[in-house]
Amino acid sequence: MATMSPAPAEPDVPLLEVRDLEVEFRTRDGVAKAVDRVSFSVGAGETLAVLGESGSGKSVTAQAVMGILDSPPGFVTGGQVLFRGADLLTAGAEERRRVRGARMAMIFQDALSALNPVLTVGAQLAEMFRVHEGRSRKESRAKAVELMERVRIPAARTRVNDYPHQFSGGMRQRIMIAMALALEPDLIIADEPTTALDVTVQAQVMDLLAELQREYRMGLVLITHDLGVVADVADRIAVMYAGRIMETAPVHDLYKNPAHPYTRGLLDSIPRLDRKGHELYAVKGLPPNLMAIPPGCPFHPRCPRVRDICLADRPEPAPLTGADGRELPGRTSACHFRKDELHA
Amino acid sequence: MPEPYSQEDAVAPAGAGGRIELATTDTGTVESPPAPAPPPDGPAAKPRGLWADAWHELRRNPVFVVSALMIVFLVLIAIWPRLITDGNPLTCDLARSQQGSAPGHPFGFDTQGCDVYTRTVYGARASVTVGVCATAGAALLGSLLGGLAGFFGGWTDSLFSRVADVFFGIPIILGGLVFLSVVTSDTVWPVVGFIVLLGWPQISRIARGSVITAKQNDYVQAARALGAGNLRMLLRHVAPNAVAPVIVVAMIALGTYIALEATLSFLGVGLRPPTVSWGIDISNAAPQIRNAPHMLLWPAGALSITVLAFIMLGDAVRDALDPKLR
Amino acid sequence: MGRYVIRRLLQMIPVFIGSTFLIFVMVYALGDPVAALFGEKAPDPATAAQIRHDLYLDQPIWKQYLHYMGQIFQGDFGTAFNGQPVTELMGEAFPVTLRLTLVAVVIEIAVGITLGVVSGLRRGRSVDSTVLMITLIVISVPTFVTGYVLQYLFGVEWGIVRPSVSADATFGELLLPGTVLALVSLAYVTRLSRTSIAENVRADYVRTAVAKGLPRHRVIVRHLLRNSLIPVVTFIGTDIGVLMGGAIVTERIFNIHGVGFQLYQGVLRNNSPTVVGFVTVLVIVFLLANLLVDLCYAVLDPRIRYA
Repeated sequence: MATMSPAPAEPDVPLLEVRDLEVEFRTRDGVAKAVDRVSFSVGAGETLAVLGESGSGKSVTAQAVMGILDSPPGFVTGGQVLFRGADLLTAGAEERRRVRGARMAMIFQDALSALNPVLTVGAQLAEMFRVHEGRSRKESRAKAVELMERVRIPAARTRVNDYPHQFSGGMRQRIMIAMALALEPDLIIADEPTTALDVTVQAQVMDLLAELQREYRMGLVLITHDLGVVADVADRIAVMYAGRIMETAPVHDLYKNPAHPYTRGLLDSIPRLDRKGHELYAVKGLPPNLMAIPPGCPFHPRCPRVRDICLADRPEPAPLTGADGRELPGRTSACHFRKDELHA
Repeated sequence: MPEPYSQEDAVAPAGAGGRIELATTDTGTVESPPAPAPPPDGPAAKPRGLWADAWHELRRNPVFVVSALMIVFLVLIAIWPRLITDGNPLTCDLARSQQGSAPGHPFGFDTQGCDVYTRTVYGARASVTVGVCATAGAALLGSLLGGLAGFFGGWTDSLFSRVADVFFGIPIILGGLVFLSVVTSDTVWPVVGFIVLLGWPQISRIARGSVITAKQNDYVQAARALGAGNLRMLLRHVAPNAVAPVIVVAMIALGTYIALEATLSFLGVGLRPPTVSWGIDISNAAPQIRNAPHMLLWPAGALSITVLAFIMLGDAVRDALDPKLR
Repeated sequence: MGRYVIRRLLQMIPVFIGSTFLIFVMVYALGDPVAALFGEKAPDPATAAQIRHDLYLDQPIWKQYLHYMGQIFQGDFGTAFNGQPVTELMGEAFPVTLRLTLVAVVIEIAVGITLGVVSGLRRGRSVDSTVLMITLIVISVPTFVTGYVLQYLFGVEWGIVRPSVSADATFGELLLPGTVLALVSLAYVTRLSRTSIAENVRADYVRTAVAKGLPRHRVIVRHLLRNSLIPVVTFIGTDIGVLMGGAIVTERIFNIHGVGFQLYQGVLRNNSPTVVGFVTVLVIVFLLANLLVDLCYAVLDPRIRYA
């Protein structure tokens, strides 16, 4: 993998490693801990899905990693964001800017509002080459057409002069993807890339994204609340709740054998054909207000397995061991009863 | 702002393809910042109406409190100037022309030897009367015509909008110069009438726009589908939702109307003596700025503060009614 | 585009007729122009009748209006009180007022937008609150007060400029009067661009521009400003007409012989050709400015279609 990337990264340094990231929102009504000691890593060519309900801190995490947090009210108050081993949080503003878009790109949920309404899509794509690579107007334009063809937009040569509102939702999201791909970055963060689309278009866009990711061997962080999207494309999953990571696991292990009551609740609430007629399980209660996260385990008020210890002690993400006592690779769970849950 | 979660939301049944929406409020790319803590005043988490919400917001806004107090004070002295002065604004002593402040006459005297303090106090009446009456007239006429145009659409709309354009097309100060130079009345009413005549199109545009917006609301469409009559629809469903923008624009207009009256009086076509008006006094004092700046300072200051109070009030109310700007 | 312009021009016709007719009626009510012509002396009834007939004054008002408009479109605006053709007066007055308005608009754009952008980007900070407070005060103090005070300070007290403007009315001389004329509009432009910037700065497309790794100035100029200034352009366009009309106050303070001055003389002397002529031209300017705004709007915002 190191041969393909310009920076000769050591094989054991992951592409992106987030360590103990903390983000606060300081508002008039108080301080909200939107992200609390979140750690995860993504390798080249790997897809990590960050799964969580709205308000769980997954988008804020993505913004903090990209360095595009609205500040104020959002502030990164701790942790590290290591990109190929170098901490972005301590890097200078100019250095961060050079990384953004060129080596680490982002795809947003709603392409209609994420694209500038008064500039042609061609201008918005070409801008990447002009700013980051200093190419000429003509060259950049040709590259823009090429990009649009790559993401399979029909009649790219003429449509390059159209404005975002003249495209359909799916086509717009393809343009967003093209923009992210423009400089062949090492990492793409996709924040709910298909949520705003029709169900039929969702699959097409997701397939395109997955295909391009394989082709360019990019790392992909896929932020979503949709368990269905995750199963098809992700290698690993991190489940977030109340600004914290509850469980991380390779995708199939997680589906087969979750090790956190919250994950289990989520999985049980998916309707399945083989269980037609059964009542659906629902996670009881509501996600907590981030200004008043319950002490101990934040999930305890909704947890079916809650004990006294959950109210007092906050469980940290810890590695899981199998029945044979050996550590299960890539698996962690932030639950006092992770073993019981795993072997339930 | 995230809506309060409900049990149904959190466990919404499956969408197509066996997918599940964990929560239905995640529509923006911005992860919703924290849900606001419930207000400290008890279990009042139940949603307030637009007006109650605005009032809650306003009471805590110092700009609103200060400007509202100033306006209350102004209105009081406009009605009862004797609350703060014993003098008579028309009793003047030429011997004291342009003299500075003296005991019992803190603001000094104007060219005619009248007491500037008393005249400044009495000047509030003309300004407030013109402002309030002109605004009320323009708001009534404007929201009536604009509301009907927006509600009925079609040729009513075209006709009313073109008529509004005609009045809108006349530059307001020039119009005043032409229209008011004909009049030889020493009351405030010609000025009020003129401001209403040229002021209503501004309000009617706002009213038309907000009625059209309100009309498109789903519940209004639903009421129509259920067979509600036009009048009932207009009064019960459309008007209450369209009235907020009109009130805000009218409040800000009130301040500018007061300034307009002063400008017209300055040009000699607004209020006329013996009406006591800041505009007239400023107009008389301005050329004397070198000899007796106090003559200009006090009425100009009073006028500016009055206009400021109304504009600030309008601003505060607009911010309170438009949660988007908070 | 062409069809849209034609449609808008056609829509302007009834508005133009309505506005000018209104003015015409009001001026008609100003008093008897024939009596004004003779001043204090009572005119000989036969002569008066003859003049009335020549001036079309013995006709019903709508016929007078039609006759007048017919003449206007042949370039004949009638005769002013001093015997000069009104067109000649316009030739002298309009360039002066246009220069004054131009100075004001340039100041309004340069200062207003700069202040608005600066405070919009720093919303809630001390710069922002200071700018906001100053704009409120500027809006509240009437132009004629600021005019006299600034004239006194710059012209008399400090002697930086001449207190009144010469007949040439050069750009240099018009700097102070232009500022006075611009002040209130400037405050509105500042507030408008501030609000617009503050609303757009959190927009998703701005976030995208940052995520693309664009330098800050490019994010602001190319992405944020272009979108935020659309409503500001609309305001400034409509304001041109307002400024030309409002120039009358400024012209009076600084003794500038522009449109406002001539109009004022016309009103004082009951000279209807002057008044109606000048106001008619101003109404046309106002309507054209509005049309121009609509066209600019459509150019700036591709989402607007010429329907």
